[in-house]
Amino acid sequence: MCAMFWRNLVLGTILVTAASSSTQAAEFGRAASQEEIALWDIDVRPDGRGLPIGGGTAARGQVIFEQTCAACHGAGGQGGAKDRLVGGQGTLASAKPVKTVGSFWPYATSLFDYIRRAMPYPDPGSLTADETYAVTAYILSLNAIIPEDFVLSKENLAQVRMPNREGFVPDAEYIHIGNSR
Amino acid sequence: MLKRFSDPDRLSRRRFLTATAATAATAGGVIAAPATADTLADVPPRGPGDDLGAYSPRSPYVQIARIPEAAPGQRNVDPSAAINSKSPLDKFVGTITPTDLHYERSHSGVPNLDPSKHRVLVHGMVKQPLVLTLEDLRAMPSISRIAFLECTGNGWENWKSAPDTVTVQNTHGLVSTHEWTGVPLSFLIDLVGVDRASTWMLAEGDDGAAVARSIPLTDEIIAEGILAYGQNGEPLRPAHGFPVRLFLPGFEGNLNIKWLRRLKFGDQPFMTRWETARYTQLRPDGKARQFQLKQDVNSVITAPSGMMRIKPGSNRITGLAWSGHGRITRVEVSADGGATWAVAALTGPVLPKAQARFQHDWVWDGRPTKIVSRSTDEQGNVQPDRASFIAQVGTNALFHYSAQQTWGIDEAGHVRNVLA
Ligand code: HEC
Repeated sequence: MCAMFWRNLVLGTILVTAASSSTQAAEFGRAASQEEIALWDIDVRPDGRGLPIGGGTAARGQVIFEQTCAACHGAGGQGGAKDRLVGGQGTLASAKPVKTVGSFWPYATSLFDYIRRAMPYPDPGSLTADETYAVTAYILSLNAIIPEDFVLSKENLAQVRMPNREGFVPDAEYIHIGNSR
Repeated sequence: MLKRFSDPDRLSRRRFLTATAATAATAGGVIAAPATADTLADVPPRGPGDDLGAYSPRSPYVQIARIPEAAPGQRNVDPSAAINSKSPLDKFVGTITPTDLHYERSHSGVPNLDPSKHRVLVHGMVKQPLVLTLEDLRAMPSISRIAFLECTGNGWENWKSAPDTVTVQNTHGLVSTHEWTGVPLSFLIDLVGVDRASTWMLAEGDDGAAVARSIPLTDEIIAEGILAYGQNGEPLRPAHGFPVRLFLPGFEGNLNIKWLRRLKFGDQPFMTRWETARYTQLRPDGKARQFQLKQDVNSVITAPSGMMRIKPGSNRITGLAWSGHGRITRVEVSADGGATWAVAALTGPVLPKAQARFQHDWVWDGRPTKIVSRSTDEQGNVQPDRASFIAQVGTNALFHYSAQQTWGIDEAGHVRNVLA
């Protein structure tokens, strides 16, 4: 145990001084296979990269929502003990802004990503890809962002235009990232 | 068996006060104030003490704890409803936060992770995607750094109107300073051979919410970022990210992903919920400022502070100052509501991006007044007064409150929160 620690420490020191990247990778950890990366690679970017195959409608989503989400978020996505998911449009510049998926979220991809990684709160990751599309469609349709019969899918989710898409102003220093590497 | 703490009469004779009754204006009003009638004859006799133990519990005379809270204004909540737990700044001395009292904020509770089953996946725009164990990380070269960590929600009590009954723990208890130990982010970047075209890195936690943030790969972040597995000389506590977290000195708390399980290198922000719907700051015009990632220059008087009581005469004003932009170079204190200022002493150590302790001796004449501190950092940033701060950012931002904190003092010596 102790000998192992020192060997690794010495190894580490040599690697730092050598600072060559090609040989280092083999010394710590192990290569990640594409199959196992796929198990954990759950993020979805605004351009839709990362969306899984699948799709669903608000009608299907409503059934799932009532069973697995409404207890906390209220029937129809409001009036629950936890975050309100609907409404609030036109309030952002008022004294009492109401920030919801409908009034505030700039990307539908963020909604899919968030539900997939974090909801339902007690059992994150328990929805299938189709179910996640369906509840996403339901929340979007509650906010009148997509029609009720719209089939939300991998192919079209990134094109859904959110009402507050232009509502964010990034700090200038993080618009173009440069570094001296 | 003779034990000093076992005699209830002696305890009461020492008249130690509970935390709520503590009125001492000096920092650390956490233990009994000296009983004025004591003579040396009243001091209990010596005797053999308790057995030595595996670790050191606090003295039973010390009352010090965090307070779990929910949203702004929702205090004294059931722990199951709490979303953060605030540090008792009014009871701290020096600059290092005790490990078990570092503030806490999480989005899905505190997972208890088995380090032997924990893995960190590093992938995306890299030459060699890797799976790392905790042993791998501990075998890598390490660095240690003393730095503050601050929740972007710190100060959120005071955006609009705050009750005058809040303490400094309520208003500013979401900032702490620790020594953090771990692997330099730059080492890992070289190890996996991150593509030079990669500009953003997604960091993701292994908590229920899999909290994830996009981190810009600036020189500062590459040079100072740490994959930390140690805090104050011991493995991370679960509340702070055991077995490994990201630590980015000076950057908003939420970027410092706890329970780190994945780093993915990309060429644009991933736009997770925590950089769009949360941790963006609404401006008066209804647009939201996004990627305001640095914690600005800040300070607060921790004593005398909210709900304390002082007496006329000599009072020592003390507090903490910090800035995500570097070292604190100056703290000024005003005892007349900001009309005149005196330079406070920085009692050291004063480290970049760490909390610094300041101190200023003041004689209170017994007339109602207001005390306030303002700090300056090495980049010349000066902490704004509340009126100019609000004039600039409005009252809807919710995060990144860093205006000067004013404490009002009435003729009876009661110290209260005021929005000035
Ligand atoms: C046990 C209660 C609970 C259940 C059940 C639940 N949620 Fe949530 N939800 C929460 C909490 C708590 C939050 C806020 C978490 C935070 O702020 O980090 C939240 C946040 C959200 C948000 C983000 C709101 C915002 O504006 O930031 C969405 C969207 C959401 N939930 C969707 C769902 C969906 C869809 C389901 C069902 C599949 C679901 N939730 C089930 C408790 C729950």
